[in-house]
Amino acid sequence: MNYSDPQIWLIIAILGLGTFLIRFSFLGLLGDRELPEWALRHLRYTPVAVLPAIITPLVLWPEATGGELDPARLSAAAVALAMGYLTKNALAAIGTGMGTLYGLAFLLG
Amino acid sequence: MQSINSKNPYFQGVIAGLPFLLVVAPFGLLFGVVATEAGLPLSQVMGFSVLVIAGASQFTALQLMTENAPIVVILVSALAVNLRMAMYSASFAPHLGPAPVWQRALIAYFNVDQTYALSIQKFEDQPKAPVRWKVLYFFGAATPICPFWYLATWAGAVLGSTIPPEFALDFAVPITFLALVAPALRTVAHLAAALTAVVLSILLAWMPYNLWLLIAAGAAMMVGAEIERRMTLSKGERV
Repeated sequence: MNYSDPQIWLIIAILGLGTFLIRFSFLGLLGDRELPEWALRHLRYTPVAVLPAIITPLVLWPEATGGELDPARLSAAAVALAMGYLTKNALAAIGTGMGTLYGLAFLLG
Repeated sequence: MQSINSKNPYFQGVIAGLPFLLVVAPFGLLFGVVATEAGLPLSQVMGFSVLVIAGASQFTALQLMTENAPIVVILVSALAVNLRMAMYSASFAPHLGPAPVWQRALIAYFNVDQTYALSIQKFEDQPKAPVRWKVLYFFGAATPICPFWYLATWAGAVLGSTIPPEFALDFAVPITFLALVAPALRTVAHLAAALTAVVLSILLAWMPYNLWLLIAAGAAMMVGAEIERRMTLSKGERV
């Protein structure tokens, strides 16, 4: 990580302030005004748009293996995805995903 | 209306919030551990959890920081993850809008996924409850949930340096993100948005400064929104 201390605090401060303003927006400043339908439609998809874009390279080219495709990590990701999708339970997905990674790391040595 | 008069709303909120500690604790712990392993000092790890108080965006910022992404990319991506909270804010406005501004500011600060989900459900069950009643219920729900987020982060940060590399915690972040996204893939539009993000993040991986992230996520949002619009239209025609 190549950031100076003040830079990291700047990231934390702006992220904190920005997040607060998003949360305060309608409740504090805009009152009962309705969000336009097109804006709501886009907002609904922010988590499923941003997070998969971050996940994909981490799963395909993990830094821990020097960017090489890793069967153990790939399987762990597949299990977490399937588990999360089927059970809708985030903790179960994390548990089985990391469990798969540990199991395969042990088996494949 | 019986329950409004017979039970203290603050206390009801506290009781309703308690089970969520089982969700908050592991995520807070994990953030503390991973942030410490990434090299952040305790003060900055706590700075994230106290000032930002939003798990997914904290993990997003942290991940991009370990990739040495430009600060602008970190901020835009982490704030984009939190944009959904504008919807939370809008749906609170009819219920809590008349409360004094200092109360609304505090509510905004504590309006995390769990306190929101609990409160909006209660407010919609009891739309006629007085504003003061709703405010107390919200603060009741926040009382166990939010301080526990700080505490779990702190515990994780203290533990972090003692966890050996065999635990492969580098991979805990993508696994956590997958666990958060998978249950959200409820409709064809959500699936299409996620798939767009995956494909574009591979095709655009050559781009410098993590720019692929902004483009892939932006395009994925538009795909999701557009599919939803068309599906609503075709439903309308059938009716």
